[in-house]
Amino acid sequence: MFGYYLDLALHSLKRNKALTALMVLAIALGIGASMTTLTVLHVLSGDPLPGRSGTLYYPQVDPRDNGGLLPGKEPPEQLTYIDGLNLLHAKRADRQALMTGGAVPIQPDSAALDPFYVEARYTTADFFPMFGTRFRYGQGWNAADDEAKAREVVINSELNERLFGGANSVGRTLRIGDTTFRIAGVLDDWAPSPHFYDLNTGSYGYAEQVFMPLLTALDLHMDHNGSTDCWGNGAGGAGHIYPAASCVWMQFWVQLDTPAKAADYKEFLIHYSEQQKALGRFVKAPNVRLRNVMQWLSYEMVVPDDVRLQTGLAFGFLLVCLVNTVGLMLAKFLRGAGELGVRRALGASKRALFAQLLVESGVVGLVGGIGGLLLALLGLWVVRHRPSDYAALAHLDPTMLFTTFLLAVGASLLAGLLPAWRACQIAPALQLKSN
Amino acid sequence: MELRPILSTLRRHKTTAWLLILEIALTCAIVCNAVFMIGHRLQHMHMSTGIVEHDLVQVQLAEIVPSPDVYARAEEDLAVLRQIPGVQAVALTNQLPLQGSSSNAGIKLDIAQRQPTLSAGTYFGENLPQTMGARLVAGRYLQPDEFMHADIVLKALATGDTKRLPAVTVITQAMGQRLWPGQNPLGKSFYIGPVPVRVVGVLADLARANAYDDATAHYSMILPLFFGADKDQSYVIRTRPQDREAVLKAAVAALKKADPERVVTKQRTYDELREKFFENDRAMAGILIGVIVALLTVTALGIVGLASFWVGQRRRTIGVRRALGATRGDILRYFQTENFLLATFGIVLGMVLAYGINLFLMLHYELPRLPAIYFPVGALALWAIGQLAVLGPALRASRVPPVVATRAV
Repeated sequence: MFGYYLDLALHSLKRNKALTALMVLAIALGIGASMTTLTVLHVLSGDPLPGRSGTLYYPQVDPRDNGGLLPGKEPPEQLTYIDGLNLLHAKRADRQALMTGGAVPIQPDSAALDPFYVEARYTTADFFPMFGTRFRYGQGWNAADDEAKAREVVINSELNERLFGGANSVGRTLRIGDTTFRIAGVLDDWAPSPHFYDLNTGSYGYAEQVFMPLLTALDLHMDHNGSTDCWGNGAGGAGHIYPAASCVWMQFWVQLDTPAKAADYKEFLIHYSEQQKALGRFVKAPNVRLRNVMQWLSYEMVVPDDVRLQTGLAFGFLLVCLVNTVGLMLAKFLRGAGELGVRRALGASKRALFAQLLVESGVVGLVGGIGGLLLALLGLWVVRHRPSDYAALAHLDPTMLFTTFLLAVGASLLAGLLPAWRACQIAPALQLKSN
Repeated sequence: MELRPILSTLRRHKTTAWLLILEIALTCAIVCNAVFMIGHRLQHMHMSTGIVEHDLVQVQLAEIVPSPDVYARAEEDLAVLRQIPGVQAVALTNQLPLQGSSSNAGIKLDIAQRQPTLSAGTYFGENLPQTMGARLVAGRYLQPDEFMHADIVLKALATGDTKRLPAVTVITQAMGQRLWPGQNPLGKSFYIGPVPVRVVGVLADLARANAYDDATAHYSMILPLFFGADKDQSYVIRTRPQDREAVLKAAVAALKKADPERVVTKQRTYDELREKFFENDRAMAGILIGVIVALLTVTALGIVGLASFWVGQRRRTIGVRRALGATRGDILRYFQTENFLLATFGIVLGMVLAYGINLFLMLHYELPRLPAIYFPVGALALWAIGQLAVLGPALRASRVPPVVATRAV
């Protein structure tokens, strides 16, 4: 039966080639545009560390005086150096790391390579086990190295490729500025996106090439990169001059394995704030936050407004395309009402007619859907060649491929149901009579 | 034109007619908002900076090994740059208008104020407004002897010994008007942190580095701090537009020669900098134009398709009307009026929808209210598209010969 319906459908569609093409094209354009933008949105709002992000938290405390530069009730988005060290040394979490961003000058041994600057992260030892960074060679440093201000670094695979041709460089030396470091480990390709642990350096497509113990970096006055917010008589510093005590410029992440521990940690932050207020360092009543990774990303509204706007536009466009196709399909079915009347009169049931019409609209939807998928691939290719920082991320993953398929089928059914239902309401006799 | 027969025909095609009205309404609503957003972006992209953009180039360097004396390093660099043929003026600056990453300070009129009155972009650099061509409208520029080394100032701030800090500034007209509406800002003072600063000069305009919001984009000031050479500072050079490439090349070579132990992190004309700042806005405007074209095309084709069907379906009726004395013009006008009616319904619905979408956008995307001028734009576009789209099928309808009435289809 299906084969016969398909035959009828193709026959009917072939009769109005231009119209069929128009319907298919409209659906394809609509689906292509929405899938392209939805995929970008999906990629940008994704979980940077699946499986881990639920137990990673970003503690915030409020050390500002009453006339803070930062308006609103939320505490600052980073920590002062002093608070960071205090919380780090308190060791109240399962793991904790204090960090900030920077840039370091690399002096290659090879004379063939000119010196160059790379992005760096100054952090404490737990960074690596806490974020589950994958190592290609070696490993991170330990807490004792932190305190000893060890001259050790971890580099990423890109820098390892550039300097050592991809060979195992663990134990070899690296000259940064006028200091010699020992390479402790080489990261595998590891670049969480969004760059959740420090959004000030750019949210997407950003990867540090050198990881250096925080105290070592500050000791050597390595350059700081990122956002600095100050209040009172604080000044942000510049280059080798670090921000003042009344400035926030550090990020602090903790791992808390159970919700109970997270609740305890929040209590600890409140207690810490009260203690600091008693000491005269804090002025305000305790104002703390403890967000996990996804809560933090959503609070920071990391997905660009333009991307959300584009997704909205694309779905608006899809809606217009669908309405357009429904209208055309309906007009087409009603035009063929005479033929339908004949089939009804010859004994075809309403259900049979409905099924036949649905096959016809389904064919349009399916072809449109396939076209839409191809257009989405093309659209993503275009996005990848645009200069935005998330360009490289725009790929169709299995989830989105499946969603595209569902959307195409759903759209075509939607576009087919109403016209098919409306058209098979025809009384057979009436149609025959009018002809 | 008698509307009753048209309306009664449409009543017999209720579903189809409503679908077309809905399509026109959606298109109209989206087009209104999209045109408005394009206008908004274009206006933002044409923001004035108050400087001689086409005459400027920027060079930024980073030391491999920190200089023992960053101030001497910068002085020597500036001297070297001044020697280059074609260079008219040079300055060291912490930022340039529309550069993106920025340095800002909270401004208070009263030291006891809980929240700052505004946040302003803070430029540091001797000879900076002169080099950038930011025009002075009142008072004077900062004098070389007023500039202090940054580390001394930062140390004084940290210890609270702020008595001897440079207490003068040059601000923009926009910032002056916001702080003291309707008054002359010259000689007035405000606080940056605990330090009182007196306005000695007013610039016509100088956009800030993070000029994302048009309302606050022109709040800038210049403070007499000298930061010396570090990777966050850059040299801004003024020359003639046609000499920019040559001067840029010569400047990089001269700076590398003066101190080879550093890498060039930026070398570009100011025009390139500006283009980069508005890159996303330009892309978004392009996308919006694409959406408008696509929407209008799809809707127009939809109207053509539907009208063709209706014409085909009504051949007999048209034939009868022609046989009863209707002229070809009557038939043509019939279909045109029908489309006009449908478009009008759609447009009315679309206006309401457009207003709703705008309210949503205002809530979630900090977009201003849709000005009333955009409603007729959408309406005219849809009416025109509708009339154009229906013309073909309507002409075909008008050519249906009266003899059709006498035949069975």
